[in-house]
Amino acid sequence: MPDLLQTVGFSPIRKEGAAKVLGQAKYVDDLSFPGMWFGATVRSSIARGRIVSITFDPAIPWDEFVIVTAADIPGQNTIVHLTHDHRCLASDRVNHPDEPILLLAHPDRAVLPAAVAGVHITYKELPGVFTIEESEAPNAPAIWSPAPADHQHSTQKNTFKTYLMESGDTSNLDHIFATADYIVEGEYRTGAQEQLYIENNGVIAEYSATDGVTVHGSLQCPYYLVHALELVFNLPEEKCRVIQTETGGAFGGKEDFPSVIGSHAALLAMKSGHPVKICYDRAEDMAGTTKRHPSRSRHRTAVSKDGKILAGEIDFALDGGAYATLTPVVLSRGTIHAPGPYHWPALRVRAKAMATNLPPHGAFRGFGAPQSIFATERHMNKIAKVVGLSPEELRRRNLLGIGDHTATGQLITDTVNMQHLLTRALDESSYHAKRAEFARTNPSSPIKRGMGFATFFHGAGFTGSGERRLNSLVHIELTPEGRPQILVSATEFGQGTNTILCQVAAETLHLPYEDVLIAQPDTSHVPNSGPTVASRTAMIVGKLVERASQSLRNTLSPYLPSTSETSTTPYTPAEFRSAALAYLAEHGTLVASARYEAPGDILWDDESYRGAAYPAYAWAVYVAEVAVDTTTYSATCTDFYALQEVGKVLHPVLAKGQIEGGVAQGIGYALYEKCVWQKGHMANNQMTNYIMPTSADLPPIRVAFEEIPSVHGPFGAKGIGELPMDGPAPAILNAIEDATGIAFTEIPLLPEDIFERMTSTPESGSEDLEPTNAGPYFSETTA
Amino acid sequence: MTQITLTINGETKTIEAPPMKRLLDLIREDLHLTGTKEGCGEGECGSCSVLMNGELVNSCLVPALQANGARICTIEGISTKGRLHPIQQCFLERGGAQCGICTPGMILATHHLLEKYPQPTLLQIQEGLAGNLCRCTGYTRIFDAVQQAILKTQQPTNN
Ligand code: FES
Ligand code: FES
Repeated sequence: MPDLLQTVGFSPIRKEGAAKVLGQAKYVDDLSFPGMWFGATVRSSIARGRIVSITFDPAIPWDEFVIVTAADIPGQNTIVHLTHDHRCLASDRVNHPDEPILLLAHPDRAVLPAAVAGVHITYKELPGVFTIEESEAPNAPAIWSPAPADHQHSTQKNTFKTYLMESGDTSNLDHIFATADYIVEGEYRTGAQEQLYIENNGVIAEYSATDGVTVHGSLQCPYYLVHALELVFNLPEEKCRVIQTETGGAFGGKEDFPSVIGSHAALLAMKSGHPVKICYDRAEDMAGTTKRHPSRSRHRTAVSKDGKILAGEIDFALDGGAYATLTPVVLSRGTIHAPGPYHWPALRVRAKAMATNLPPHGAFRGFGAPQSIFATERHMNKIAKVVGLSPEELRRRNLLGIGDHTATGQLITDTVNMQHLLTRALDESSYHAKRAEFARTNPSSPIKRGMGFATFFHGAGFTGSGERRLNSLVHIELTPEGRPQILVSATEFGQGTNTILCQVAAETLHLPYEDVLIAQPDTSHVPNSGPTVASRTAMIVGKLVERASQSLRNTLSPYLPSTSETSTTPYTPAEFRSAALAYLAEHGTLVASARYEAPGDILWDDESYRGAAYPAYAWAVYVAEVAVDTTTYSATCTDFYALQEVGKVLHPVLAKGQIEGGVAQGIGYALYEKCVWQKGHMANNQMTNYIMPTSADLPPIRVAFEEIPSVHGPFGAKGIGELPMDGPAPAILNAIEDATGIAFTEIPLLPEDIFERMTSTPESGSEDLEPTNAGPYFSETTA
Repeated sequence: MTQITLTINGETKTIEAPPMKRLLDLIREDLHLTGTKEGCGEGECGSCSVLMNGELVNSCLVPALQANGARICTIEGISTKGRLHPIQQCFLERGGAQCGICTPGMILATHHLLEKYPQPTLLQIQEGLAGNLCRCTGYTRIFDAVQQAILKTQQPTNN
């Protein structure tokens, strides 16, 4: 009989679930404040140039409006993320289309679109740079001249950041390549992707001379916005207050961007003396906010006859857009995940992020890893083909195991067994049986079917020394009624933060799940437990909630009945409540805390880029089945199987929901979602022509877990949120290669791309797999 | 300005509004029912779904004038006296709502689907909900919730 109070590993009802299904949950656009005005943004219509003049259409009664320009900013004209290059409002020049220049506010929302159109801006246009290749070209215009101070370390004029990650015997690389049986080269590309949360970015800001700035909004990281406001308003932290409202999806798209829209609304609130709401419509959100970074990966790998990787060189490049936002850390995660879960005796990864005149790219679930893993998992299939092994066998000969070291030199101590995961995944997905069947049926059918898979891992928590720097803090307090309430800046945006943290506290405190509360994230009340990103909430924040709960329990222990060592239920919920009330009667309040303590064996050196990149990794094998219709040229994913080892699963229903949702986004990334850029402006900034998967487009998504408890998370949990974004795209393109024999190298892969390749000779976007016909990135030597 | 009289969740109301005002805004701003959400404003996402004379419509595409005399049901009209409708209960238990922004529309679409086909196949569920986008769930848990709701809503008639 399970303990009735046991909740971890079960699936209690989502904390805020009833409000959501009743339509009672309040998202930011559902809120209205007395005297509230509405804000709108006037944006640049060109990619790059100098602002020459701004004039106002005389037909519009401008005296009814409040107008904010860069000159109204009381502090610095900057949106701080990692650097200070990103202006809050453009003043003299613009660096991307849809860059904010002016802000308008008015009591009537309906008059704003005409007013935005009534602001006429003329420019002296400068040539723009729109791709990685244009940006890195020796004769490319320097996007910033002079470069902002933050960028001046760059060796190349348009480079945001570079990394060099070396592992093993790199001094010997030339020799290894000169004597290897095979050298396999490949180039792979991924496109931009829109987060497409169904609730657009939105905030309401208030200002008062005594209290400072308050922003309510749809966002992931309340303290990021606090720090942005401190600089824009030149106010101390305690006068910049941020309150998260119910958030209708985020996926990274509300990590860095709320600093922009939040600062804008707050400037309008200060100047107008009214609360100001800015909620973007879909077109503005898609054109003006961040997306996933487009990427280019180049692989060159030395391999032995028997399929052992001997050495590798990987060049990884991201298009960062016009300002740095979080690009350096996206690049870092992409770099560290580029080697995949394989053993590389010698490896050199050169990574760089280039500036272009596109709107800045930013955080999106996976954070650089889906890009580099796509390339590596496509490349592994290419190596297999060249060496004459199956994709499975090639991986088996190179997978990391316990006791091996990752490419950053981290010893694998997780007791994961990738060989076993691979066996189980291929078995349960009927990979071999289906391949055999398709080999029989494909020749006589216009529908070509195929199977493909990807093996990968994803690090949980901030990269490298990030968690040490964050130094997160968690509180748990007693309410006047004697109920424990968790205080964290970790936010709920669908992934289940509220629920899993309450489960952890409930289990630790031996209370029913329903008895534990979690406070709305309001920076005037909750401590900084770090941003809600990087698959860190369950593992890092969850562990802190566990420790704070233990500390609460210890403090209350003199008031609790003394327990025998063997009892599984040391006290009843009623006894806990009386103890809590007795403590409060004596002391007034009780707040227990826990601060992050770095595990002693998790060390990272930023200089050499070596060490333990993440406290723990989630490991996975994803298998895709596809059907390619050779008459319509459409490729469909017809079945999907996702197996992962994520430590203890805290809440099976939520965990499966996370994986399924991530896989759906990954299928969209591979086969549907294309950003069409016209001179840096997103031309298809509507749901009508940016296509995400509907319920009729997706295959059955079958999810399986292996649970090996990790020492780093509460009750053995690891991170889970980003992992499912990594595997689908390479698994699907591997399956399409299996179905058609064509090795496509770029995503998104749309029917027009398949049509082009199937009806013409090989060119960009795919490669011929016959070594003798191979394209420019392919060569083979026999020692 | 025109006078619009409609029945909203069983109550008759008369509102002064511009004739071309979107029914979505009428519901949210004039009737103060904010459970109906705007995701796209162009008829693509279904988060503004309501039932109009029993039909599922995207309220962002319906001019207020057209709603004159109509019977409208929003998410607020699905539960009775604070008690969850079986569809809502199943979405809650089965993980059919994550961020929740698509959920009101999804629940109305499910309601409409089950009126039309009391025993839909998986394919009918997939097609019946294809006008309602969800970015969080990958739909699997939503299908699960709908299938569970079929069992629950069938029970009274089976008895
Ligand atoms: S808001 Fe009406 S369909 Fe999207
Ligand atoms: S639950 Fe978030 S969009 Fe459906």
